Amino acid sequence: MPDPRPAITRDDVAHLAQLARIELTAAELDHLAPQLAVIVESVAAVSAVAAQDVPPSSHALPLQNVFRRDEVRPSLSPQEALAGAPESEQQRFAVPRILGEEA
Amino acid sequence: MTATASPALVAFDDAIARFDPVLGLEVHVELNTASKMFCGCAAVFGAEPNTQTCPVCLGLPGALPVVNETAVESAIRIGLALNCEIATWCRFARKNYFYPDMPKNFQTSQYDEPIAFNGYTEIDVDGEVFRVEIERAHMEEDTGKSLHVGGATGRIHGASHSLVDYNRAGIPLIEVVTKPIEGAGKLAPVVARAYVAHLRVLLSGLGVSDVRMDQGSLRCDVNLSLRASADAPYGTRSETKNLNSLRSVERAVRYEVSRQAALLDSGERVVQETRHWHEDTGITTAGREKSDAEDYRYFPEPDLVPIAPDRAWVAQLQATLPEPLAERRTRLQTVWEFSDLEMRDVLGAGAMLLIEQTVAAGASPTAAKKWWLSELARRANDAGTTLEELSITPAQVAGVQALVDTGRVNDKLAREVLEGVLAGEGEPADVVSARGLEVVSDDGALTAAVDRAIAHNPEVAAKIRDGKAAAAGALIGAVMKELRGQADAARVRELIVEKLG
Ligand SMILES: [Zn+2]
Repeated sequence: MPDPRPAITRDDVAHLAQLARIELTAAELDHLAPQLAVIVESVAAVSAVAAQDVPPSSHALPLQNVFRRDEVRPSLSPQEALAGAPESEQQRFAVPRILGEEA
Repeated sequence: MTATASPALVAFDDAIARFDPVLGLEVHVELNTASKMFCGCAAVFGAEPNTQTCPVCLGLPGALPVVNETAVESAIRIGLALNCEIATWCRFARKNYFYPDMPKNFQTSQYDEPIAFNGYTEIDVDGEVFRVEIERAHMEEDTGKSLHVGGATGRIHGASHSLVDYNRAGIPLIEVVTKPIEGAGKLAPVVARAYVAHLRVLLSGLGVSDVRMDQGSLRCDVNLSLRASADAPYGTRSETKNLNSLRSVERAVRYEVSRQAALLDSGERVVQETRHWHEDTGITTAGREKSDAEDYRYFPEPDLVPIAPDRAWVAQLQATLPEPLAERRTRLQTVWEFSDLEMRDVLGAGAMLLIEQTVAAGASPTAAKKWWLSELARRANDAGTTLEELSITPAQVAGVQALVDTGRVNDKLAREVLEGVLAGEGEPADVVSARGLEVVSDDGALTAAVDRAIAHNPEVAAKIRDGKAAAAGALIGAVMKELRGQADAARVRELIVEKLG
């Protein structure tokens, strides 16, 4: 069972913001941390209702094994694929310099 | 290049004498399905950039993925071939990270519910059986390919920006992860290489992947740590990424053993980090340090429903698995009539599959073995690659042997034909025509050359007339020299005997 009252600290929010690449000011952290704590607490209230015999689920639908056959369908043209790209070059998506890792 | 001072290295044997290496191998296998993992885009290698994308694999809003059934089937077959348990119920998970090789900002993978887990496989290391425990085999999707622009060599350093091709993004990938491999000792580099070679043969036998390391359809990450002794706790490990040849797997393990031993000797700590292998210099350099940024915040993929492989399906897949590798080895050795020693050479060279395919294309086992283990092995060694990476197919090798068998070329010319094929001059027959390598068996040309040889070597001719048949060798040599090695030696001997016998 999850802790019914998970604590969300200011540090947690700063960490999450960094992982999500969202820049937050000190004032925003002060503002958001308690709000998120309230939201998590509210959601956690579900645990109080769900009995032990209700398995945790990631889906609303009672479905499993939905497959497609291994068949090729038409793809977008490169022009269509690149239409939404802020920039493109050599029929590729142009992105800012990547730091830290070779692909 | 970053100016990282390369630390002193401890000689490998010296390091192994004092430290016990522990290996962990992660092998990524691209499946050879026709379409991608979650969409109908073609999964072909080498297409023009961004010609195999759609809203699903580009992660456009509103697109919904659907799982490729054949990919699941291949994953289960791989799991079964590795003696794994197959999950009765499992899910995909989102691995969240910000890197432009995935346009969705997450990779669809499996986290704590892999489709196959807890297996083992038995590999051949220098003729001994070595058991490798398998932690898991899980399903995921491949990422796009980045090209770094502005740097000197297409690498990241010095690049001004990057260009991404998403053709590969979404191609089904199976990641096979071993449990820690202990007890390899000084054989650790060889064990690592033999394991990857073994997986290649096994996967190829299943027909689920092209297993082309040079094209990236099979890639290996090597985790390595050292500890003071076999009963000490594990040391801190490094993870060397994306090794794309059997040879670099072996070399990277050797290098990491030497590097880490040097750090530990000087009282420094091994940093838990990813490392990059440099084929040219034979060293690894530091990549990312494991840090907060590696918090992938996995959670179950809400756009895909769970997979619960039907037990009857799993049983049917189990029943139709190809014969286990050990049995295949034994069977092929019997069929090929190779001695234990010959078979060991074949396995050591990683040539079993190639020979099998060459034989299937029409060559005799002995001829197939001869080409792969001598001439081609030498060329692979000179080029610093593996046999599979040579730009010649088993069918082409069989083609060269067919030219020998039909007398169109002799052994010496056959080697030139191989050279031409390797140089990209086309099929064996094309090389013969283009280079004019055909054996001269036309009696007119041969008779004229034989007459000239006799005229120029009267003493030799006299000896043969006196009954010294062995002297004919000198005349054959002269004819061969004149015809640049392209004479049919047997016919030349006949002509000499006819004239002087
Ligand atoms: Zn697609």
